[in-house]
Amino acid sequence: MSEPKREFRLAVVSGGTSDPSSTRLLADRVAGRAAALASDRGESVAVDVVDLRGLSGEIATALTSQLMGPGMERAIEVLGRADGIVASAPVYKAAPSGLFSSFFHVLDNDLLIAKPVVLAATAGTARHALVVDDQMRPLFAYLRTMTVPTSVFAASEDWNDAELGKRVDRAAIELLLLMESGFADRVRDESWKSYQHSYGSAGGTEVEIDLDTDLMRLATGGAPRQKPRSD
Amino acid sequence: MQFGVFSVSDITRDPVSGHTPSEAERIKAVVEIAVKAEEVGLDVFAIGEHHNPPFFSSSPTTLLAGIAARTERLILTTATTLITTNDPVRIAEEYAMLQHLAGGRVDLMLGRGNTAPVYPWFGQDIRKGLELALENYNLLHRLWREDVVDWEGNFRTPLQGFTSTPRPLDDVPPFVWHGSIRTPEIAEQAAFYGNGFFANHIFWPSAHSLRLIEFYRTRFEHYGHGTKKQAVVGLGGQAYIAKRSQDAVKEFRPYFDEAPVYGHGPSLEDFSQMTPLTVGSPQEVIDKTLTFQETFGDYQRQLFLIDHAGMPLKMVLDQLELLGGEVVPVLRKELAARRDAEAAPAPTHAGLVEAKYGDGPVRQPRPNANRGDNVTGGSPYQDSQDSATYPTIG
Repeated sequence: MSEPKREFRLAVVSGGTSDPSSTRLLADRVAGRAAALASDRGESVAVDVVDLRGLSGEIATALTSQLMGPGMERAIEVLGRADGIVASAPVYKAAPSGLFSSFFHVLDNDLLIAKPVVLAATAGTARHALVVDDQMRPLFAYLRTMTVPTSVFAASEDWNDAELGKRVDRAAIELLLLMESGFADRVRDESWKSYQHSYGSAGGTEVEIDLDTDLMRLATGGAPRQKPRSD
Repeated sequence: MQFGVFSVSDITRDPVSGHTPSEAERIKAVVEIAVKAEEVGLDVFAIGEHHNPPFFSSSPTTLLAGIAARTERLILTTATTLITTNDPVRIAEEYAMLQHLAGGRVDLMLGRGNTAPVYPWFGQDIRKGLELALENYNLLHRLWREDVVDWEGNFRTPLQGFTSTPRPLDDVPPFVWHGSIRTPEIAEQAAFYGNGFFANHIFWPSAHSLRLIEFYRTRFEHYGHGTKKQAVVGLGGQAYIAKRSQDAVKEFRPYFDEAPVYGHGPSLEDFSQMTPLTVGSPQEVIDKTLTFQETFGDYQRQLFLIDHAGMPLKMVLDQLELLGGEVVPVLRKELAARRDAEAAPAPTHAGLVEAKYGDGPVRQPRPNANRGDNVTGGSPYQDSQDSATYPTIG
C-alpha cells in the first residue's frame, strides 16, 4: 500500500442561492474546521467550491438533454478528484432544494463511490431538521458515498447557539478521519470493478473495457448462454 | 468518401407555421427528399425505424424500395434498423429482397432502440436489449452467408435446415454498420466481423465518440481485417446552412428551440459549441466537418441530419441544394487531398463483389426443383457442395 495521504482535496457543494448565503456559510464552516484540524495534525486540506447557483442553467440543460456544459464538466472534475465532500442544501418545502437534488441526479452513478461526505442543510425553521437524515442521506446512499454520522442542520435560531459549532466540529473530525483512513482510494484500488459502471461513466474516466465477459463472447460470435431448461 | 442525409422520420409540428403534416404528406415528402438527395449529387439516404407515433417509418424496406424505384445511383440505408425487436430472419429476408430490387444500392445500420415500451410490443424486453442485439446479429450474419442454417439461441425459436430467401444479390450480403454511442460490445462486434462502425455524433462532443471509434479501430486490426486506418467508420452530424451565417441562425432557431429532443434545453449557441451541430454559411459547415476528419482520421461516410423538428419540405429541399451544391463538392476535394492512401474505400456493392470474386464468376444461386413438399432439405441450390440425391422410384 502507498504512503497514507497527508494532503487532502475537499469539495464544497453549496445549493445556496443568495450571496452571501447561509447554506454556503454552513458548508464553509465545516470545510474551515476540517482544514484547521488537519493543520493541527500536520496535514493540509485544499478546498474547491462548487456553487450551484452559477450552474443552474447547465443543470437544467443536463436534466433535459444529458449535455454537460463547461461549468458542469469542471464541477465533475472537482468532485472526481476530491478526497471528501461537504454537500450543503437549503430546505424548501420540507425537502432539499430542487437545484441541489438535480445537480446530484445528473452525475454519473459511480462518480462519488466511497467518498466521505458531510451532509448539511439550512432552513428557516427547526421543523425541517430531519430533512438531512430523511431525504439527503438516501440520495447519497444511492450514490454509494460514505456519509459521516453527524448531520449538520442549521435553522435560523441555530446560528446563535454554540451547539451548532459543536456539531460542525464533530462532522469535521469525522470527515477528516474518514479521509485519513484512505477508505475511498482503497475501495477504488481493491473493489472498483464490483460496482456498476458504464462506458465513459465516473465523469468520463471509466474507459477500461473488459473483454472477458459473457456479452463480449456473444459479441464475437460465441454461443448464446443457454437458459436453464424449464422441463 | 460518401456523403448523405439521415432522417429519424419524425412528424413534428412546424413551430413557425403551426402546421402539423399528415402521415401521408410526410411520407411523400421524405421520398421527395431522397430523390432530391440524389439529384444534388449526394451518395446516401438513410431512414430510421420506429414503431410509435409521431414517427412514420415502421417499415423501412418498403419505403426504401419505393425510393429505389425512383433513383439510379443513391445508396439506401437505415439509421437504424432495430436488431433487437425484429426477428433476424425477417431482416435477412427483407433486406436481401430490397438489395435485389435496388440493384445492390443497399446497406443497413443496426441499432438497439431505446424506447422501452416498444420491446414488449414485439415480444421482447429492453433489459435484454444488448444480448438481443449481439445474438440476433450473430444469426443474421450466418443467414446471409450460409445457404442452410441450424441455429439455437435464447430469443427466438431454433432453426433446423433453414434457408433465408432470396439469397443476397450476387451472393454478397449488404454491408452492415453497427451503430452505437457508448456500448463497447457493439464496437467489438463490428470489429470482430469486419463490419462498419457508425457514431451518431449528434448529441455529444466529438471526444465522446472518439473513445469508442478508437477502440473499434484497434479491435478491427486485432481481428485481422486490416490496419486501424482501414477500419470502416461512419459519422453523423447536423447542419443548417444559409448563404449568410446570420440568416442560418435566424431561420433555424425556432426549429432548434422547439426540437423534440433538445428543444427547451441548451441554447443554439451552446449546442453548436459543444456538439457537431453547425448553423451557418456553407464555409462554416465545411470548416466544422473538416474537423471531424482531424479528430477521427479518414472515414468512409458522413451523414447529415437536415430533416427533422417540423422543418417544411421546401426548407429541407433548399438545404439539400446548399449541401449538395456548395458544401459537399468542397468537402470531397479537401478530404480527398488529405486522405491517407491506406484508408479503406467507402463500402459499395460493386466493391464487395470485387473483393469476393475478383475477376471470377459471380455466384447466382439457382434452387433445386421443388419436390412437392415445400421443404427444400439440406441442399436447396444447384451448386450446393453436398448436393443431395433423391431416390427415383419406378
